[in-house]
Parts: sequence; structure tokens; C-alpha cells
Amino acid sequence: MPNEEPLLKVRGLTRIFGSGCSKCTICTGPMAGTNICSQCRSIVACADVSFDLYAGEILGVVGESGSGKSTLVQCLYFDIPATAGEACFKPYKDGKVNMLACSAQEKRYIRHHLMGMVYQNPHLGLKLDFTAGGNIAEKLLTAGIYHVGQIRRRAAELLLRTEVPLERMDHLPRFFSGGMQQRVQIAKALANNPPLVFLDEVTTGLDVSVQARVLDLIKKLQRELGLTMIVISHDLGVIRLLTNRTLVMKTGRVVETGLTDQILEDPQHPYTQLLVSSML
Amino acid sequence: MREKKVQSGYNFAFLDEQSKKEIRRRMLKAVAIPGYQVPFASRELPIARGWGTGGLQLTMSLIGPEDILKVIDQGSDDVVNAVNIRKLLVLTTGVRTTEDTREATLIQTRHRIPEEPLEDWQILVFQVPYPEPLRRVEPSEVKTREMHAEADYSRLWVYLYEDIVRWGEITIGAQYPVMVNGRYVMDPSPIPRWDVPRLNMAETLYLFGAGREKRIYAVPPHTRVEPLQFTDYPFRVEDFRCKQCALCGSVDTYLDEIIDDTTGARRYICSDTAYCAKRRRLKEEAGENA
Ligand SMILES: Nc1ncnc2c1ncn2[C@@H]1O[C@H](COP(=O)(O)OP(=O)(O)OP(=O)(O)O)[C@@H](O)[C@H]1O
Ligand SMILES: [Mg+2]
Ligand SMILES: [Zn+2]
Repeated sequence: MPNEEPLLKVRGLTRIFGSGCSKCTICTGPMAGTNICSQCRSIVACADVSFDLYAGEILGVVGESGSGKSTLVQCLYFDIPATAGEACFKPYKDGKVNMLACSAQEKRYIRHHLMGMVYQNPHLGLKLDFTAGGNIAEKLLTAGIYHVGQIRRRAAELLLRTEVPLERMDHLPRFFSGGMQQRVQIAKALANNPPLVFLDEVTTGLDVSVQARVLDLIKKLQRELGLTMIVISHDLGVIRLLTNRTLVMKTGRVVETGLTDQILEDPQHPYTQLLVSSML
Repeated sequence: MREKKVQSGYNFAFLDEQSKKEIRRRMLKAVAIPGYQVPFASRELPIARGWGTGGLQLTMSLIGPEDILKVIDQGSDDVVNAVNIRKLLVLTTGVRTTEDTREATLIQTRHRIPEEPLEDWQILVFQVPYPEPLRRVEPSEVKTREMHAEADYSRLWVYLYEDIVRWGEITIGAQYPVMVNGRYVMDPSPIPRWDVPRLNMAETLYLFGAGREKRIYAVPPHTRVEPLQFTDYPFRVEDFRCKQCALCGSVDTYLDEIIDDTTGARRYICSDTAYCAKRRRLKEEAGENA
């Protein structure tokens, strides 16, 4: 996209679990065929990940289990600290600073005001002992809205959008179906109209028919709200349905990147070729 | 300094000077960071923990021979707990005591702020059973400390929101959470809501001591103390409209409800018994002079 500054600029993002050593990145990756460093046994969950994300775009991240997809977005959402790398986020200080290096309080601000996250496991994204409305309220309260009526109006609006029956607003998500829990998670993630939303395997683990409905919902929301999203999936079908551009990850590295349609039609990297052929 | 006679065998105010110095240091830190819970090494006292040992250690570290001491429990000077603490302090310091709020330089209290206005030469020491206002929503100490550090109070807010959704109002009576100086959420100890507004922009230094949990915190004079509230559900104190003290006739004090064992009749009397007695005395005098 020409002449336009990206919404999110990620450079050299790396996360190592373990003590790490100077050989970590050399001893791991697609060539080595592993993400475990042979020298120090640390796990190089993701390394040297760089990409630009533009407003309104949906970026897919695809790769086998353990390839580092979740680690990547968890670093960007500040669930875990990155070991190295930079991320500049336009809505925060006009993208002039590396948000990965800012204070805990600033990170909390970015996370609650400027980002939304939907996890594969609803336990991570929702407090199951708060009501559905309470979960949405949490995001709004963090953003400084201290008016019960206003909170409830906004929560109702979001539940309507995500097709959760309004009468469930004051019920505990603990007793909701998997699909319904994901809808509440999506409602919560969108509460403050964040400029960036992460979706980590939102439909994995759902029945196929439920999966299709949640994917339809996400597409609808994207159309209506013009969301910018990073969508993680190991399922190329999901990636094809939702995303414009795709990163293909293997053993913690990006092995291929490009327009989703191109990658699906003409995969370059042998690993991507394998992925695509196994989808057919 | 005039030396007061102190029962032999005890150091002045029981604690050794080293301990007092250490506790004073902690209090200074607490004053410097209003509403922040400062850990301290709680000492053994000849009173069981949970009976005001936190407040007592603060009082012991502050008290001097010239002080005039008042000790109350739920507003009363005569309850066993208050009497025991006063006895111990008098035995080990020989200071003068009073029931008159306007005369006391140092007041130790459990669950009330005296009704009469306090001034800048007075210090109020609270006995605190549970210092952590976030315990309602988070059992882990490590996590609550993190939440304070990051000023992350969203879960407490959600708790209040859900309270309103379920009951139509916030149901917390005593121990109403307050925001101190716009930074730390604090448990004001189990004082009634009635007393909460009096923490705000006060003239007096308020010190809080939790013995079992080993925490000290403070609200220095002229500090903003705001109860957590929603714009459309503002904080309210207990409602005593149409009620008055059966003894002194007061309509502007915090009242305790008394139910007669035999008749079942309800009566209300001032929780601050010394103030109630003072009002009655003044009334009588006024009556005599009329
Ligand atoms: N907390 C942790 N401690 C140690 N290793 C971890 C931790 N979290 C993740 N890993 C490792 O990091 C690597 C990348 O994990 P990650 O969860 O990012 O993969 P993923 O691509 O999301 O996989 P999946 O598709 O199974 O969700 C894996 O080898 C994983 O075992
Ligand atoms: Mg994952
Ligand atoms: Zn009275």
C-alpha cells in the first residue's frame, strides 16, 4: 500500500523461552527443523518476525502447531514480554516509539484502549464468573466509563452485533455454549472500538456448523466496522475466508508472506506448498 | 521533658525504642504515599492478634508523655476491647485519658470516626482487620500487589457494577472502597459509609494499622479520598431520615439500632456514646439555665 504509514510496524520480534544463548537463533528455524536450541535447550518460539499491517487490512498467520503463532500475538498484546524486537503502533504516540519497551502502565493503556483480543480458549479472554455484561463492562471501565446505564447500553449494542441474545447479558458465560462464549469474547474485544483486534484460533474446537456461523459473524463485523485484524489459524480455509495477506510460519520463523490469494494459488516455499496441497 | 511515672518493668509505651523507630519510619513512608500499604514487622503484644494490635503498635510508637489519649471501639469508650487497650497504654505510659474527642491529642479507634470535628493537632489511629480492598475480587497477594502497582482496579469496578445489576445498588456497607489521592484504592477499615466522606480533605492525620496482616497505611491531612461510585449511582451514606437518638435527640449522628429483647421495639441511639453523653449534659445545663 503506497505512501501510507502502516498501522502496525513489527521488526525482528523474538521470544525465547529459557535462558537463551548466542547460538539460539542459528541453531533453530526451518533449516534446523526445530525451535529448540541444541546448545542451551531454550525454545525459540518466534524469532526475527517482521511485517507491516495497514489500517483496514486483515493479516492471516498460518502454520503448524508450535510454529509460534500465538506467541507472536501474545507479545504484541503484552500477555508475555518479547525477548527482542520492536513494534510501532500508529494509534500510540503516532507510531514513533517502540511499544514493546514502554512501561507496564502504558502497556495496560494500549491493551485496553487500543487493542482487542479473542483467544482460542474462552477461559483466557473471559472471566467466567463475571456476567457477560460484566466482562464487557470490564473493558469499558478500564477505559474510564463510570456510568452503569451507559455501560449497559453499550454492552447491549455489542451483544446485538455479535448475535448474543440480550437476555444472556446478566448470565455467567460459564454456562454458555462454546460458540456463544466466543461471541461474548468478540463483543468484549470490540468494546472500545479498538483500532486493532487479534483473533487467535477463534473457531478451533467448535462444531463445524457453529464454526461457519462465527466466521460469518467476523466477516460481517469486518465489513460493518472496517476492523483491522490479525487472524491466527492453522486452517487455511479460515485464512482464505477472512484475510487479505498472510504470513506463513514454521518453527518460529516467517517462511513466506504475500497476498492470501497468491499464496494459495502459487505457494513458493516448500512448506507452504505442503500446507496448500494438504488443504485440497 | 517532664518524666511521667511508668509502671516499672515496662519500657515507655511497652515497645522497645528500636521497634518504635522502625514503625515510625514505616508510618512516614505511608504518609508519603497516601493509601499505599506499607509492610511492617508486627511485634508480639500482650493482646491477641486481631484485637487491634496493628493500631496499638502505631499508637505505642506515636504516644508521648504529654498526650491525652482516647480509645474507642465502634464509637464507645466503655467496650471491653477499648478498655483493655486503654489500660495497657495507661499502665505502660501513665498518660492522661479522656472520653472527650475535642480534648484528645491521640485517638485509637475501631470501626468509627468520632462525630465531633477533628483538627490538625489530633491523630486518629484505626485498627484494621483486613487491609486489602482487592481481596474481594482477588485471593492472591502477589496479584493484588501487581494490581495496585499498575492501578488496575477494573475487577473491583466490575464487582461494583454487578452488585448494582443484581441488587439495584452497591450493597457494601462498612469497608467501602475509596480512591486515595487519585492513585491507590484503599480499605478505610470497617467504618460505616457515614464516616467515609470525613476522610476526604480532612484536617487530621489518619493512620491505619493491620496487625495480623502486617500493614500500615495513611491518609494525610488535605488528601482527596473518594468513594468508588458510578455517575448514575452515586455513593450515599446510611439513611437516618425520620430517626433520632432516643437518648439525646440527635438527628445528625450515626445511629445504632437497638431492638428491645422483650417488646421487640426498635430504638436508635448514637453510636458515639461520649458525644451523646456530652449533648445530654449540655442540654441539661441549658435547661437549668433557662
Ligand atoms: N510458556 C511457555 N514456556 C515454554 N515454551 C512455550 C511456552 N509457550 C509456548 N511455548 C513453546 O513455544 C512454541 C510456540 O508456541 P505457540 O503457542 O506460539 O505455537 P502456535 O503456533 O500458537 O501453536 P498452536 O497452533 O498449537 O496454538 C512451542 O514450541 C511451545 O511449546
Ligand atoms: Mg496457538
Ligand atoms: Zn445521642
